Amino acid sequence: MTGGMTNRIDQRFQALKEANRAALVPYITAGHPHPDATVALLHAAVSAGADVVELGMPFSDVMADGPVIQRACERALEHGVGLQEVLTLVAQFRQHDATTPVVLMGYTNPIERYGATRFAEDAAQAGVDGLLIVDCPADEARDLQGELANAGLHQIFLVAPTTNDARLARASELAGGFVYYVSLTGVTGAATLNTDALAPMVERIRGRIDLPVAVGFGIREPEQAARVAELADAVVIGSALVSKLHDIDTVDEACATASAYLSKVRAAMDEARAGVDLAASG
Amino acid sequence: MMAKPLEQMQHNPPISGVWPDATGHFGTYGGRFVSETLMPALEELEIAWRHYLSDARFIERLDQDLATFVGRPSPIYWAENLTRAAGGAKILFKREDLNHTGAHKINNTVGQALLAQAMGKRRVIAETGAGQHGVASATVAARLGMECIVYMGSDDIERQSPNVYRMKLMGAEVVSVDTGSRTLKDALNEAMRDWVTHVDNTFYILGTAAGPHPYPAMVRDFNAVVGREARRQMLEHYGALPDALVACVGGGSNALGLFHPFIEDDSVDMIGVEAAGRGLSGDEHSATLCAGRVGVLHGSRTYLLDDDAGQIRDTYSVSAGLDYPGVGPEHAWLKDSGRARYVGVDDRKAMEAFHMVSRTEGIIPALETAHGLAYGIELAATMSPDQTVLINLSGRGDKDINTVAKLEGISL
Ligand SMILES: Cc1ncc(COP(=O)(O)O)c(C=O)c1O
Repeated sequence: MTGGMTNRIDQRFQALKEANRAALVPYITAGHPHPDATVALLHAAVSAGADVVELGMPFSDVMADGPVIQRACERALEHGVGLQEVLTLVAQFRQHDATTPVVLMGYTNPIERYGATRFAEDAAQAGVDGLLIVDCPADEARDLQGELANAGLHQIFLVAPTTNDARLARASELAGGFVYYVSLTGVTGAATLNTDALAPMVERIRGRIDLPVAVGFGIREPEQAARVAELADAVVIGSALVSKLHDIDTVDEACATASAYLSKVRAAMDEARAGVDLAASG
Repeated sequence: MMAKPLEQMQHNPPISGVWPDATGHFGTYGGRFVSETLMPALEELEIAWRHYLSDARFIERLDQDLATFVGRPSPIYWAENLTRAAGGAKILFKREDLNHTGAHKINNTVGQALLAQAMGKRRVIAETGAGQHGVASATVAARLGMECIVYMGSDDIERQSPNVYRMKLMGAEVVSVDTGSRTLKDALNEAMRDWVTHVDNTFYILGTAAGPHPYPAMVRDFNAVVGREARRQMLEHYGALPDALVACVGGGSNALGLFHPFIEDDSVDMIGVEAAGRGLSGDEHSATLCAGRVGVLHGSRTYLLDDDAGQIRDTYSVSAGLDYPGVGPEHAWLKDSGRARYVGVDDRKAMEAFHMVSRTEGIIPALETAHGLAYGIELAATMSPDQTVLINLSGRGDKDINTVAKLEGISL
């Protein structure tokens, strides 16, 4: 794995494992609901118990995302937030938080336009730890992964319920940081999650890729997050959080809303883990 | 009877090397840039496509449908009046407008729908710009008793209202897409989202030679019946191959369908005509190959129109079917290799050609097609009378009469 233990993602998951905690990984779209809110929202999320933060890079054609993230991207683009601006926001976040891992999530075209080599270098410089490119499966990722690895960044891959063992093997060659399991077939924010079907899939991934498994897509309620926390290494909260922020006008209000919601999720997750004996985390 | 050429195409790929390669690339173009959820579905589709294209019974069924449902072969028509007016090479039309539903699009939808049926999928989805692909999809879905959902940008729904009604008449559900530029690219995004969500029971009938592998190659193959017929008809009726092939390019399916069987015929020029809208110097066009650059959109690496931050630009053309910021990856490859060249025709010239062909030949062409006609007529004028220009008359213009009337201040 590239970056070894110097990457903040690896350090964070190691520490969480030792403490028998599941990671809370909130997602927000950079520049949504307003560029002024992004850094404050990231700090608020960390204060409310986030272990890793995911920041969406706005794109005009978010083919794999649902209406909530699409609207968030449109809003962010209206405010002129592109990759350059996203990196500036990360650098600002890093001025007051040197340890929380930051994962950028987005699409291929803006990165190619920026230039993959330069983007990897600038992202590492800004304090980014990992990249998840939604429309870049392992099959197309080799070049980009090389650039990211050179800069000490992990490339994080999606695994879906439809992913077979051959594809898991392909992803395992390139994957770093953690595996992001898309817990339902659908776009972000679609239906709700069936946690019963989750356990066997998480086990299957763990048997083939030696990385922590995060579960996302379709997790809204603290109780769902709690059930996922019993099974997986991390819980990603995306559309549910983003939708709460859409109609908010002030930075303070946005932070208070995110904080209140994430604190509830965090508490439910911790309670669930406390009730599970250590065998489950092994 | 036509099983042979289709089969041979699989085993004898044109020009050097295999097109696309095993991973779905045309040189550096193409590939599969989609969410992981869709990757297994694309792999399954590729296996099925390769299997059925060499399955004699499938090919027989396809040929039969093309003959009796679509009305193939379509004739080659000598546009004598137009030839005289242009004063140069003989102008010929490959009459895809005479197909059932009025455009080349049905060649592909018949093929994909039969594939869907063979794969046991009961629900088909499609995106559409001009509505021709939506209508063609609704048509085959009605015939095969499949549920059909068509995604269409809300701006296009307005521009192409007769086609919207046609789809509904055949029992399809038309879903209005209000995001982004409310045109073809957004309809494609929405169709992809539907597919991701219903991937287990749904077949996505993509309408042009773009998207993730195997779509660009599969759509090309289903449309290549146009070029195969044309090649045979030219040799039979004119005793020679044409000197130039001209076709409009939106995503590129009618152009590739015509070009592909001629690719190894070095004497045949191939020209793709893109929509230059209000001019290539500004932003209001959709001439991807003429004015774009390489990037990744809708599942493949290809030429596209984007801004400096890599955001896909809103495009413009008077014709909904050409109003698209990407293009099929095989065209990107043909452009770079120099085997085909690409030019732009603006709204004004396309409208002139629309009227000219309507009046001189008694054929009302689709606005998309009118772009190809405008360039083809210009090109013929520069050539000698013993030469021939074959233009793909990709569709008829009935769907466009509201648009044209409105532009001319006429209320119908
Ligand atoms: C009549 C006609 N010609 C051409 C096109 C452009 O598509 P393509 O480039 O895939 O042939 C369309 C698309 O809707 C069409 O309806």
